Order: sequence, then C-alpha cells, then structure tokens
Amino acid sequence: MDNVEYVRPGSVSEAVALLAEKPGKARALAGGTDLLVQLKSGRRQIDRVVDVKGIPDLTEIRVNADGSVLIGAAVPCFKVYSHPAIIAGYPGVIDSVSIVGGIAIQGRASLGGNLCNGAPSGDTIPSMAAAGAVALIAGPSGNREVPVAEFCTGPGQTVLHPDELLVAIRLPAPRAHSAGHYLRFIPRNEMDIAVAGAGAWVALDSHGVVTEARVFLTSVAPTPIGVPDAVKAVVGTRGEDSALDAAAAAARAAAKPITDMRGTIAQRVHLSGVMTKRALAGAIARARGEHVPGAHEAHRVRTNGAAH
Amino acid sequence: MVAVDAHSTTKVVVVATINGEPVQFLAEPRQTLLECLRDVLSMTGTKEGCSDGNCGACNVVMDGRLVNSCLVLGVEANGQSITTIEGIAPVGGLHPLQTAFLEQAALQCGICTPGFIVSASELLKHNPHPSEDEVRFWLSGNLCRCTGYDKIVRAVMHASDIMRVGH
Repeated sequence: MDNVEYVRPGSVSEAVALLAEKPGKARALAGGTDLLVQLKSGRRQIDRVVDVKGIPDLTEIRVNADGSVLIGAAVPCFKVYSHPAIIAGYPGVIDSVSIVGGIAIQGRASLGGNLCNGAPSGDTIPSMAAAGAVALIAGPSGNREVPVAEFCTGPGQTVLHPDELLVAIRLPAPRAHSAGHYLRFIPRNEMDIAVAGAGAWVALDSHGVVTEARVFLTSVAPTPIGVPDAVKAVVGTRGEDSALDAAAAAARAAAKPITDMRGTIAQRVHLSGVMTKRALAGAIARARGEHVPGAHEAHRVRTNGAAH
Repeated sequence: MVAVDAHSTTKVVVVATINGEPVQFLAEPRQTLLECLRDVLSMTGTKEGCSDGNCGACNVVMDGRLVNSCLVLGVEANGQSITTIEGIAPVGGLHPLQTAFLEQAALQCGICTPGFIVSASELLKHNPHPSEDEVRFWLSGNLCRCTGYDKIVRAVMHASDIMRVGH
C-alpha cells in the first residue's frame, strides 16, 4: 500500500471538510473490508484516509420517535444484527447483514460501506432498497437524502460526490402485516459473493392480499436493480404460485447479467427468477406472522439434516 | 481523541493494550495492524495468509470483536485493547483449545492454526457450548488447506466439552 495520511475527525462537518480538501484523493474509512483491499492491490489510489469511526452520527443506531430507525453508516454488521428494533422490524435487512463475509468481516464491515462500495453484488443493498431505506448524505453545501434504490449508478459508482459523506441509513417505521426477505445463491454455504440474489418486501391487508411490494435483484446487472413488473405481478394477489411465477418471469426479463467466474448469463437469469420467487414467498409468509429462517439459519438446518 | 498528527503521513505513535499489556509503537498510516504486530512489534504468532480478509490466518480480537488484522490499519489500534494468539494461553500452560488441537491432530502445516485458535476462543466466549453447525458457521472465515476441517471442528467441540466439565 502506498503511504497515506490518516485522519480521524470527530464530527460530520470536519469529515466533509477533510474530504473536500482533496477531491477524489480522500476516502472515508469505516470497516475497511473493501477500502483496504483496494488500496493494497493498487486498484484505488488516494492520499488521505478519513476514519469516520470517531463520529457519533456514523457509529450509532437510533430509533426515532416515529418508529423509523437510523443506522450510522459505519456501524458494523454485528451491531446491526444484534439490535432488537432491527431484528423485530426489518427481517430482510437482518438476512443480508448476517451473510456478509464471515464473523471477522462482520466485526468491521458496515451497511454504509457496502452501499458506498457500490459493488453490483452487494448483499445488503437490495435488502435495504426493498425495506424502503433512504441514504442521508452530508456535503459542504448541506444535507440531502437519496433512496438507497437510486444510490448506485454503476459498478463501484454511486451518487456520492467526492466531497460528500454518507452519514446514515434511515429505515422507515415498520408497518403492521409487512415484512422483507433476502436470499442469494452461492456455491458454498458461507463466505461467498452472490451469483444472484433477491430482496423482497411486502405489505398485506387484513385479508392477506398484497397491497404493496418492492423487489430488488443483485449480481445480475451493473448495479442492484428494482423489478417493478415483479411488484405488479404480486400486488392484489395472496402470493399464489401463479403470481409468484409471474414475478419470477419478470425478474428473469429484468436481469441483465454478465458471464464471469461466479456464473454464466443463463444461470444468473434462471436464478433471478428462483430467488425472486423465494424472496417474495418468504416475505409474504413473514408478513403473515410465520417464521421463515434467514439464509444463515437455513444453512444450519440443512447441515443438520445432512448430519443425521 | 487519537494522538495522531492530523496532517502527517510519517510515522505516528500508537498506544494500545495488547494481551493485557500497555504497548506503544510507531506505525506508518499505510501499515496494517498485521504488519505492525509482525514487523514492528515482532509478534509473529499472528500469520499472514491471503491479506485480503478471506482466510482468517491473521485474526485477532480488537475492542471485543474478532477482526482480520490485515484489514485494520495499525493506527486504528490506537486506544484499543487487542488480543492475539500470544495472549490465549495462560502462563505456563495451554488453552484447552490448544490442547484439543494437539490431541485431535487438528493441524498439519500449522499456518492457519493461530487464526483458528483465536477465532474459536472467541466463539467459546460468546457461545460456550456450540453445536457442530455453529462451530462450522463461526469458523467459515478461517481457511485450512490441510486438514479438511473435520479434525478442527472436533477439536473445538472437544475443548468446549473440557471447559464445560470445568477442567
């Protein structure tokens, strides 16, 4: 790694000033699980590392009076999946944050870092987007908000300007009879990058009919993408097989993957449908109050089955 | 709060607690905690494997959480409490995990072993009686190219049993 300057501001305004002094040559450091790999490999060259973990706004989880939850951009995964309000209100986010890397990565890696890294395969991005999350951004000329669904603009590219700082992610207050689910396909059980993944969120009325939904895919396009046609396919239904099959077909049509070492176009298109169907079915079941294990739990169940 | 010159790329003073002892060392901001441990402090028990967070050979505990020391800057250790493999065994003895690894032949070349021991000791701290699946899940970020993992998993389960009995 080339030598860099290390600074550790104590406030958002200080951090923004430190970023703005070196446009494009300074980068915020949260858990470092992407940034340090990029710096060591030479893929990213900067002069200044701005460690944001001394800033309370970026390192705290806050439940607001209206029930919405603010997750500081640098809060590590383990704190997210240990937080009672997030466990209770956002099971789809818990699914994704529990399968980012392994335990050591989860001790450092953050939702904010996953979002700012802008990888097409980011696991937490579709789950946050499905949950209706909003990114809170601070810059030299003030604050702005961008839906997580619109945050990524290309591989490694985001709406964030070089002099801006992602401060927190806001999850809207949980609603009755609503839930999310995220899952991905990987060849291993853990510690892998999605070949394809899907995050879904649904709200049901008192008759179990889907009134609102959101569906996002990962690893099948230059950015995580929304699938509005899958939403249309399930809204107004009770999640019957025919509706879920139509949503799956919409996801296959929306997927624009590449062939790489992790999977082929054909496999990823197919998986987009499978993952969408399962994510929607899981979200609907959870919204009805049923227990649907997350991927990290499901793998344990599967291993148990094989062992006995 | 950090004793780091705000505009310096030269060496900076880092004050930390390592294995219960106060330690002060000089680090270049570009050096990882792994490099600082091995090259600056000559604590070579922590191993370098992939150096990109995949293999767990360099795992240490910082601020109560298991981390890949290759993905932590040495300067980030300022003010932190760190446990490395050198801090696992009691004075004059072995940790039950170390005994179990020896008795169960849970290592061959040994390069991954410090990382496995540090990771497994954290597991047993958080979950003293893990199931086999929980052991495998927790250790999924530690790679071993020799043993095929079964003996490692058995050793961790065995150590858990020994510690339960109150060894």
